[in-house]
Amino acid sequence: MEHTSKQKHPGYLTYVFVWLALLAFTSITVTVAGVSLGKYTLFIALAIAAIKSALVINIFMHIKFEEKIFKVFLALSGMTLLIIFVLTFFDFLFR
Amino acid sequence: MSSHDEAAAVHHVHRDDVGARMGMWLFLFTEVLLFGGMFLVYAVYRYQNPDQFRAAALELNTGIGTLNTIILLTSSLTMALSIAAIQKGNRFLSVVMLDVTLLFALLFMVNKYFEWSTKFAHGIYPGSKELLGRPNGQILFYGLYYVMTGLHALHIIIGVVIILFMLVQVMKKKITSDNHVKLENAGLYWHLVDLIWIFLFPLFYLIQ
Repeated sequence: MEHTSKQKHPGYLTYVFVWLALLAFTSITVTVAGVSLGKYTLFIALAIAAIKSALVINIFMHIKFEEKIFKVFLALSGMTLLIIFVLTFFDFLFR
Repeated sequence: MSSHDEAAAVHHVHRDDVGARMGMWLFLFTEVLLFGGMFLVYAVYRYQNPDQFRAAALELNTGIGTLNTIILLTSSLTMALSIAAIQKGNRFLSVVMLDVTLLFALLFMVNKYFEWSTKFAHGIYPGSKELLGRPNGQILFYGLYYVMTGLHALHIIIGVVIILFMLVQVMKKKITSDNHVKLENAGLYWHLVDLIWIFLFPLFYLIQ
């Protein structure tokens, strides 16, 4: 990789493009919410929120340009949250 | 370490930017767990009361919610631009961008004020007669709505204080193109607040 302790960060334009993408996804999620898609509505809303999060975390929060250990930590905390959700719903649904 | 950093080490005897950012990230993970626990409660109760959650959510003002989403996303952009500017040595642009970020944060809180006071005027607040007369699912929805968006708004207020602090430091040249990890960490915090809103928005305002 090209970086050690000094990060290579994107220029102004990259941030503006990411912001435009975030606004586009916001308008999609608002529009989709108005259309009746039954049980898929929640799934689509969460999928779009996940894509927006990925953009914010990778570019705005510079995770894409960080050292590998940051990504490992992020994955670990994400998995922890996922496991808590899955285990809770296992308990809740099969009680 | 590059030769550039070694030159900086003359002025800064002990400095570890990567460590500082990692410390910030570890703190952010605890924040994720704090809100994650609330999202978990939300998930279970929504699964139990899908119809009541839908009925209650229809009363929320989607317009204000959307506007606040746009405001927060834009404030995240200006925060990122402020950091990019200081990295390039453009202190003026960095200060301007921090000012704009503060302005957006203020706008967000003004919207929140109008949103909540309208709800209060309709008698919908925790423990109100109007709300307690409703089915359990709606009481739960509004309880979660006030706690989660309230805790989020508290984070916005704390963010404003932190950004103000950073603004002074940039103006006093304590934060420079060579030493800006503090501003970066403030940015990380601000983006996390934005991140949480990205999930709060569809889960509260966009239920159909």
